[in-house]
Amino acid sequence: MSNTPELEKKFDARLEQNDFIEPKDWMPENYRKHLIRQISQHAHSEIVGMLPEGNWITRAPSLRAKMVLLAKVQDEGGHGLYLYTAAETLGTSRDELLDALHTGKAKYSSIFNYPTLTWADIGAIGWLVDGAAIMNQVMLQRTSYGPYSRAMVRICKEESFHQRQGYEIMCRLSFGTAEQKEMAQDALNRWWFPTMMMFGPPDKDSPNSEQAIKWRIKRETNDELRQKFVDRTVEQAEYLGLTIPDKNLKWNEAKKGYDFTEPDWSEFYNVIKGNGPCNKERLDARNQAHKNGEWVRAAAAAYAKKKKEAVAA
Amino acid sequence: MATDNQGPLWEVFVQKKSGQPFVHCGSLHAFDKEMALGNARDLYTRRGEGSALWVVPAAAIVASSPEDIGPFFEPANDKVYRHPTFYQIPEGIKYI
Repeated sequence: MSNTPELEKKFDARLEQNDFIEPKDWMPENYRKHLIRQISQHAHSEIVGMLPEGNWITRAPSLRAKMVLLAKVQDEGGHGLYLYTAAETLGTSRDELLDALHTGKAKYSSIFNYPTLTWADIGAIGWLVDGAAIMNQVMLQRTSYGPYSRAMVRICKEESFHQRQGYEIMCRLSFGTAEQKEMAQDALNRWWFPTMMMFGPPDKDSPNSEQAIKWRIKRETNDELRQKFVDRTVEQAEYLGLTIPDKNLKWNEAKKGYDFTEPDWSEFYNVIKGNGPCNKERLDARNQAHKNGEWVRAAAAAYAKKKKEAVAA
Repeated sequence: MATDNQGPLWEVFVQKKSGQPFVHCGSLHAFDKEMALGNARDLYTRRGEGSALWVVPAAAIVASSPEDIGPFFEPANDKVYRHPTFYQIPEGIKYI
């Protein structure tokens, strides 16, 4: 297109004014690609995120806990659907996106490749994993792409219950028997560093970040969000009487924030590559679920077709 | 890869309370209107967000095109006399 530089200038000017970009607006091809990748990864994370928690629905310790966990997992499914339709406004289809997930071509958050070994893990996931996700998602409410931003507003409203129910579980365990408290500490030990990885690699090693900030898709960097997460979480752990598994965690008066140990980034890249403890199990479960649902989709399509023909006749 | 097995796209509008406008809240896939309505309820009103729902096939929506925003809405721009503040009312006159 001969007028692309002109359009790009206009596009940049709109971002400068904090304008939202809508589906039919002109946008640079790379902006579109970046969004499709980011939104679909986000959607896949919601859907795959149902698996580690789904693992505990049948074994929840009370009827109340079971009800809550079911509602939470149902929410995650809903969040996935909001995000898939947001991605579709960019000219892709849900079939294509799901296919990319099922063939392993698309990524999802590495956190869901860790196992949920005890009930305390459900508490730790709500508290830490959803806490970290909320921090990211609050920022994304102001992302420059309209449909993504609106999906985030809905998701943030719903996520706050997720984090609170997780912290409630951690409270029950931390103020319970010595054995229960030990379970809580063990869960914190195992989930702390994987949660820190959720914000992505350090800014200096994050090739997509700079452009995403320039396009106002992201409004804060990985390191900024990680710092904020640590600063907010320390006090919550102290209240529970639990110890964050980081010997270098220390208040730094000069920066008005905590100093902390970076997660092991070689582990992060290794899990992303497919070598985490549950990568294969998660992908198999997703593929199996999709396959098991095939007859439902076929039946719904056949029924819709039959009804249409009946109207025409 | 199986294609087009998600059903067509529908846009969902929720009315929060009786008397209020229906507001667009998102979209979903469904094979027919009953399924679209059921999915809309499950997806967009899990927490009492609405007292009524509309679902509309996305293909049926006619939208203004963003490139023409300027000329399309321009006719209204120079008609300030359509606003009440255009008119001067003498001091002291009430209820107008």
